[in-house]
Amino acid sequence: MIVLEQLTKRYGDAVVVDRLSLEVARGELLVLLGGSGSGKTTTLKMINRLVEPSAGRVLIDGADVTAVEPAALRRRIGYAFQQVGLFPHMTVAESVGITPALLGWEAARVAARIDTLLELVELDPATFRDRRPAELSGGQQQRVGVARALAAEPAVLLLDEPFGALDPLTRDRLQQSIISIRTKIGVTIVFVTHDMVEALLLGDRIAVLRDGRLVQLGTPAELLRRPADPYVAQLMETPLRHGRIVDALAGSQQD
Amino acid sequence: MSEALRDQLALLPTYLAAHLQLTLLALLLGTTLSIPLGIWASRRPRAGRVALGAASVLQTIPSLALLAMMVPALAALGRATQASLGVTVPSIGFLPALIGLTLYSILPILQNTVIGIAGVDPAVVEAARAVGMTDRQRLRRVELPLALPVIVAGVRTAAVWVVGLATLSTPVGAPSLGNYIFSGLQTRNFAAVLVGCVAAAALALVLDALVHALEHGVRARRRGVVVAAALVLAALYVHTAATLTAGIVGHAPRAVVIGAKTFTEQYVLSAILADRVAAAGAPVRVVPSLGSTVAFDALRDGTLDCYVDYSGTIWATIMHRTDVPSDRAAVLTEMTQFLRDRAGVTVVAALGFENAYALVMRDDRARAAGVRRISDLVARAPQLTIASDYEFFSRPEWRALSAAYGLHFAAQRSMDPSLMYQAVAAGDVDVASAFSTDGRIAAFDLRVLDDDRGAIPPYDAIVLASARLVRDEPRVVAALTTLAGAIDAETMRRMNAAVDQDARSPEDVAREFLARRDAAGAR
Repeated sequence: MIVLEQLTKRYGDAVVVDRLSLEVARGELLVLLGGSGSGKTTTLKMINRLVEPSAGRVLIDGADVTAVEPAALRRRIGYAFQQVGLFPHMTVAESVGITPALLGWEAARVAARIDTLLELVELDPATFRDRRPAELSGGQQQRVGVARALAAEPAVLLLDEPFGALDPLTRDRLQQSIISIRTKIGVTIVFVTHDMVEALLLGDRIAVLRDGRLVQLGTPAELLRRPADPYVAQLMETPLRHGRIVDALAGSQQD
Repeated sequence: MSEALRDQLALLPTYLAAHLQLTLLALLLGTTLSIPLGIWASRRPRAGRVALGAASVLQTIPSLALLAMMVPALAALGRATQASLGVTVPSIGFLPALIGLTLYSILPILQNTVIGIAGVDPAVVEAARAVGMTDRQRLRRVELPLALPVIVAGVRTAAVWVVGLATLSTPVGAPSLGNYIFSGLQTRNFAAVLVGCVAAAALALVLDALVHALEHGVRARRRGVVVAAALVLAALYVHTAATLTAGIVGHAPRAVVIGAKTFTEQYVLSAILADRVAAAGAPVRVVPSLGSTVAFDALRDGTLDCYVDYSGTIWATIMHRTDVPSDRAAVLTEMTQFLRDRAGVTVVAALGFENAYALVMRDDRARAAGVRRISDLVARAPQLTIASDYEFFSRPEWRALSAAYGLHFAAQRSMDPSLMYQAVAAGDVDVASAFSTDGRIAAFDLRVLDDDRGAIPPYDAIVLASARLVRDEPRVVAALTTLAGAIDAETMRRMNAAVDQDARSPEDVAREFLARRDAAGAR
């Protein structure tokens, strides 16, 4: 579905992404995991050409993404990110309907799609359709952001730490939403996060990046069992240790 | 309501309409230039900085100077187009004022456009790109709508500035509410000044409110407000367009355009000239309150047909002569020849009086200090302050005068001529460079110091006519010629005093003079 070939991004002398190659299968959710400066966001943005690569290429369904105009490419790829970037002067419906409108869908089809999507992200269409971003909570804004990304029925969805700024409960609910959305629509997702638990919870496979290089690519179970190097081992150890501490605390409470 | 105020209010529709015309057109041009320029600049940061820098430099030019500089610039352009295309460009009046005001309106709008676009949340810009907007769609659907309040704030700033600055169109020959202010200050008619200021302030507030209402309506999606504000603005623009085209199309029987500089005597004399031209059967228009060299430039290129200047002024500022001849007749002859040969300007008549620079002191102080002649002043000057109008200290006459006597004052202060007399009368300054026909010399008990070394050139008042007037309107020129020798210095002083001291209108004083002259002629 998505193929990255020797993908490289340099800013001056700094190599941000270094000859990264990987494949994402149709319908898969691949997590790009890494700390800040690992190159995960840059990699994601090279898929929809928000960032142009210095070398290497990105193929979607076998076609080089540089073969089409960036704007046309992006209308086929959903994108949601931590800062959301809802248009402050537009209503929720206008924001969600923007890509279908740009694609020239008929008004009735756009309106129906907006309601479907709001239901999909668990927002009541009648209540939220005409609200402005300023009238929404952070979690609601993020739901609208995901709905906007899915509006034009894209085959690929790019998510860049979409729940990073939310409180744990809201984040948990939205993670559950993503899982349920995946079961309803067979979209291919690339999901950037630095949160190990989120990666383990959501990812079919996880690509661990460090200093722009691919350190390990595998299923959550593989990463947990056979970390490729001490860095990955340390990454995986953190959630496990937290889990043990929480378990122990919970156990002692019962005593 | 006092009669003075009623007289002034009668002029309001004319001046307000002219002011509105200039303001609205300059704003329209400024906005249509600056917003695209701002968008362009915000896409290219380096070029944007250059554009903003250039606009800032324009803004630092004093506004009166910027407007006045348009006159010689347009005159030069006019000479070029006349030579190459046979098309003339008017160098005074509407055009230079419009260009100057437009340039002035650029900075606030340009700056706010750049700031407004740069101020859009980067996350929103990224989202706009990510949902598949092209650069142009992003600009139209996201960046401009979000930057709109800031851009509109720039337009509002520009509107208020331009309304205020448009009052400075008067000295470049475009009527505006500034006519009230300039002539009012010169003729001590404070009702006029007040009407001018209040009207300009009111206009600024109204325009500001209209633009604000329009923007607020758009943002709050209140169609009624938008439509109402747009209708009012549109009506103003239609009115402007109509009067402008009427001015251009209905321009066929060209009026004889008479100029006046910015002091009382010039207002009175322009009224006298206008009366003569009208009596000769030609349509006439008076352009008052022109800057000194603006008037001559405009006469030379035919935008102005006729005005009164002074031989010494022409001698020094146009002929660039630094010698100071004392023979009035010789100066007149040489100047007449120079103007005819070198500028195509005809000296129609010498009115019969001189209005020379004269150093004056308060009579009691001069008496106490034993100063009768300028020579007597030399030893005391280092303890004294001298006041003058804006021009004098930079004119060759002052250099010649101070060199001839070796005059060095403790301080030189430039001020408005109308204030200069008060300052010397009140004792705030010791000496002033007065005009010898000014009625305030007698009124304020000032003493004219003898120019015992003959360092001040003669300043015969002369009626100058453009080449066009001489060619096309021989009857008008003949009528003006009859004014030769018609006014002596004492008569001129009395007429000036009638305006300055008795608060009569220049037109009124001119009418009285002509009536008396006609009566005398009939006897």
